[in-house]
Amino acid sequence: MHNRTLEIGVGVFVALGLAALLMLAMKVSNLGALSADGGYELTARFDNIGGLKVRSPVTMAGVRIGRVSEISFDNETYEAVARFAIEPQYNRLPKDTSASIFTAGLLGEQYVGLEPGGEEAFLGADDEIRMTQSAVVLEQIIGQFLYSKASEGEDK
Amino acid sequence: MDWLQLLGHAGLSAFQRLGRGNLFLFQVLLGFPDLIRRFHLVVVQLWSVGVRSLLLIMVAGTFVGMVMSLQGYNTLVDFGAEDSLGVLVALSLVRELGPVVSALLFAGRAGSALTAEIGLMKATEQLAGMEMMAVDPLRRIVAPRLLGGILAMPLLAALFSALGVIGGYFVGVGLLGVDDGAFWSQMQAKVDLNDDILNGVIKSVVFGLAVTWIAVFEGYDTVPTSEGVSRATTRTVVHSSLAVLGLDFVLTALMFNG
Repeated sequence: MHNRTLEIGVGVFVALGLAALLMLAMKVSNLGALSADGGYELTARFDNIGGLKVRSPVTMAGVRIGRVSEISFDNETYEAVARFAIEPQYNRLPKDTSASIFTAGLLGEQYVGLEPGGEEAFLGADDEIRMTQSAVVLEQIIGQFLYSKASEGEDK
Repeated sequence: MDWLQLLGHAGLSAFQRLGRGNLFLFQVLLGFPDLIRRFHLVVVQLWSVGVRSLLLIMVAGTFVGMVMSLQGYNTLVDFGAEDSLGVLVALSLVRELGPVVSALLFAGRAGSALTAEIGLMKATEQLAGMEMMAVDPLRRIVAPRLLGGILAMPLLAALFSALGVIGGYFVGVGLLGVDDGAFWSQMQAKVDLNDDILNGVIKSVVFGLAVTWIAVFEGYDTVPTSEGVSRATTRTVVHSSLAVLGLDFVLTALMFNG
């Protein structure tokens, strides 16, 4: 029956199209890797977050354990406040964990690296990471280097 | 004086066509609710504009992805950044090439066929015959074709992008030796579901509407002679391609400017 093959053909077409969309969503985009629900959030304050962005990775020992979920500016202390969404299975971060902003490679994107401390108690939802280290801004380092070189020259 | 009149005539007729086109679209859209009860009409159109364009779109997508991979690799390898090949291929396909190239192919493959079909129906007075029988050709003939085009386009564009990514994967990882894990993981890290994929789908829906609208309008508005139908078919391909490229710029500026 012609009508039957036609309908089957359209069915195959629609199924293929939807499968392609699903593949794009799961395999190409970040939907498959993102399992933010059920996780918990931490906050940390930085003097300077450099090029950190929302969705930048949060890593510990080089393994991604969460993402930056929100970045805001504290009008009182003039600090940047970053929120991290940590995946639920990583719930044993010590209280005195420290957070630093690193750069992947020389010019790569910036990410947050967590360094575990030694305390017995663990961080819970909405806790704040006290010890933070700001992003290294390349221009500042070059500026400092040039400045110190210049002042060395003056001393002589 | 003569060419001033010519200019005025050309401007007036262009605006008249534009107005007719908009009224036409409005009337066709009024027929959409009826299509829910007679969905088999849309299924037939999905077959002729969708399934029959499938092979073209799939082959084109695979090859575009493969070429992107080859070309991108040559540039990226100089910076030691060939691991980002997946990002390059996926982002350019999902954001731009998937919707745009498949819409251009769709205009050539399905749009011209729609114009010729409706134009010939008009030339052979089938449309007038339907009106005599109190069947509204806008609802019976045009509306299912327009809806079919709008539904088929995003599916075709998604297939194009997905096969392009797979083609790029085979060339990049299989042929050029890019790391398998880096190819996918970098892609997944950079491609966002809302920002990239959803916007790509929105683009392709808009292109589907634009291309099919132009195609059915040109067919319906054709001069009912063989020459008129041939002109209308040509105009469909030219105008809808230009419309796709122009709309793409507008949509990109709106979506990715932030």
